[in-house]
Amino acid sequence: MSFAAIQDRARSEWENLQGRTHMLVSAATCGRAAGSQDVIDALGKELARHSLDVPVIQVGCMELCYADPLVIIRKADSLSVAYANVTPEIVPRLVEGYIAGEDPCLELALGTYEEGEGETACIPELPRYEHELRLVLRRCGRIDPENIDHYIATGGYSVLEKALRMSSDDIIGELERSGLRGRGGAGFPTSKKWEQCRKAEGKPKYVICNADEGDPGAFMDRVVLESDPHQVIEGMTIAGYAIGAERGYVYVRAEYPLAIRRVRIALEQATELGLLGDDILGSGFGFNIEIAAGAGAFVSGESTALVAAMEGRRSEPRTRPPRLAEAGLWGKPTLLNNVKTFAYIPSIVEHGADWLASSGTEGSKGTAVFTLAGKVVSSGLAEVPMGTTLRRLIYDIGGGITGDRQFKAVQIGGPSGGCLPVSLLDSPIDYDSLREAGSMMGSGGMIVMDENNCMVDAARYFLDFSTRESCGKCTMCRLGTLQMLRILEDITSGRAKLKDMDRLLQLAEDVKDGSLCGLGRTAPNPVLTTLRYFKDEYEAHIRDKTCAARVCKDLIVYYILPDRCDRACEHCVLTCPTEAIKGGKGESKVIDQEKCTKCGTCLDVCPPEYDAVVKLSPVSSLPSPGKTERSGKR
Amino acid sequence: MIARDQSSQALSQILESRSRDRGNLISLLQETQAKLGYIPREAMQTIADFLGIPRVEVWGVATFYNQFRLTPLGKHHTVVCMGTACHLAGGNLILEALERELDIKAGETSADGNFSLERVACIGCCMLAPVALIGDRIYPRMTPFKAEEALIPYRQNSDGKNTAD
Repeated sequence: MSFAAIQDRARSEWENLQGRTHMLVSAATCGRAAGSQDVIDALGKELARHSLDVPVIQVGCMELCYADPLVIIRKADSLSVAYANVTPEIVPRLVEGYIAGEDPCLELALGTYEEGEGETACIPELPRYEHELRLVLRRCGRIDPENIDHYIATGGYSVLEKALRMSSDDIIGELERSGLRGRGGAGFPTSKKWEQCRKAEGKPKYVICNADEGDPGAFMDRVVLESDPHQVIEGMTIAGYAIGAERGYVYVRAEYPLAIRRVRIALEQATELGLLGDDILGSGFGFNIEIAAGAGAFVSGESTALVAAMEGRRSEPRTRPPRLAEAGLWGKPTLLNNVKTFAYIPSIVEHGADWLASSGTEGSKGTAVFTLAGKVVSSGLAEVPMGTTLRRLIYDIGGGITGDRQFKAVQIGGPSGGCLPVSLLDSPIDYDSLREAGSMMGSGGMIVMDENNCMVDAARYFLDFSTRESCGKCTMCRLGTLQMLRILEDITSGRAKLKDMDRLLQLAEDVKDGSLCGLGRTAPNPVLTTLRYFKDEYEAHIRDKTCAARVCKDLIVYYILPDRCDRACEHCVLTCPTEAIKGGKGESKVIDQEKCTKCGTCLDVCPPEYDAVVKLSPVSSLPSPGKTERSGKR
Repeated sequence: MIARDQSSQALSQILESRSRDRGNLISLLQETQAKLGYIPREAMQTIADFLGIPRVEVWGVATFYNQFRLTPLGKHHTVVCMGTACHLAGGNLILEALERELDIKAGETSADGNFSLERVACIGCCMLAPVALIGDRIYPRMTPFKAEEALIPYRQNSDGKNTAD
């Protein structure tokens, strides 16, 4: 079948779908975690009960993670409506109301896709969309990732067809003018990598897509693979053509089973249509892609370590040079790019270099994809032009901080990144400004912290992660990070001295200098940035034994406020796992600090109308018994 | 032992269709674990012989990666997410509560084989933090007390039946 015929068939299927009533359900891993499978099952049953033939399309991530499971009912001749946090219980209402009938159930809706529905929000006009620019995510949540026709009908693979008629010089030249930098975090110019690889001697050459997304709190690569896998496959195939490779691999973590499944389906479908294989679209160019499932090691994200893992060895980085472009997989020239880098390729080749270069900043072109999580109202995914400020991301797109609490810091780039304070909220985010601030773009995972989060504990957390994930090859990374962790543990437990902060700084520099790969070189970043921006918190822990956020266990005590305790209630007494709470019916409850393990159960179970359990820091601020026990009257 | 025979039979089936290529080591270990639930020591020896490499090399790889387990899982595998968002929302309290209630540490399996407990770096459901999993089921927005309660339906009576049965 010619490509034109493939396109015609796909378009007519797509138009046919758009012309009839259909439903979209968010079914990426995050949507499933929120219960979308139950909703899909309930929809199937309910549609069958009404004998309705309405397609239910399982799309990928719809970006509004806080609203999952999200269901959209699309009608050709009426409103398209989105419903948030759908449960199987309300499915019959939706089907009865808006599929079988004409009532769009607006009281249940998150919003509509058309304007002027009175009280109901118009989704395209939500403030976040004003600031977003979707290049990589433009099809996510809109197409069925398991149906190649949806991709083709929305322009997919037409760029591959065009690229196969271009020279590799032209393709790489276009990339160079676009200014695209690798989306894996370090920001190396993509065209340089491609050029090196093309020039390298040796056959065969390989193309590897790095989908070993190991940052805790980052999941954009997973989302792209689960929502729009063909975009990545098309990008890889163009790369293969441009550098002269015949084989590609998608290296995905085994922890991402759904992503693996969808990539596998996509590869099969593309091969079937002749968009992959030994003679792609009759051009004479052959390219095949396989999946390599990673066995889980954070360090595998480093390029030479990833290659070691693919060769079946321990995932340990090696010195460079030689670069992978010269000696990569099995010693052959290898091009390794991140998922999102490949995802950009079709659009750059399609629209030309200026298209990408027209967004972003001087040194960082295009967009950045962030995952927004932590203490933010609307957690989810966002794609914004490079240079967007943190404030815009957190407040305009993320909806601000949950509860009535204050913003304290935002952590960017996971264990390699840093914690940035309120004073940097208005600084633009791109590769260079983040590096200047002591952080890095990294994977783009962004975790918002409020006044209830302790910055020393956050630094300890990330260092704990790096210590566990250090491959052990370099002494400073293996043992230096461990020593840093010990010092941080001393600080969070109130055993440290002020001079330990200097030792921590010194060690941080040594670990940076003495490590071979990015893991060790960036592992001290969370410590360095918190020391730089939140030094007072460190000092309070050491000098005053106080954790103002009341997180560090050894510096806090749980206390029951006698005046707030409802004496008839026994929730805390009955649930305390160590029987540390005394007080019979009619008495105010008291925690026996000797027995208390600070598990937090009493705080958790105390009914909100009493809200009598509090955490106090320092430990010495605990009111002495006797004085207060009888003082309170409610 | 019957169990041992079965596992070696399963392993031969896996090896039958594979080439003796050193590069296959990780995928062989993955398939072994998919079939047996863990990687027994004997399996490491068999794989080492098959690939013609020292057993220590297989051991080195099997212990390097987070995915591989050297002991069988419990009937109800319990996972606590220790990702950043979960940590900030009190994930460590959830892990402690489960360790206390199950009387095992993360990485261990209970003596009766009913539960195993594991901490993982991130399962990517940050908006539901803190998160735990029992089997395939996700428990969002956990608290120490909810963690305790969540275990109840999976507990065994002394006769080996689930309390919920």
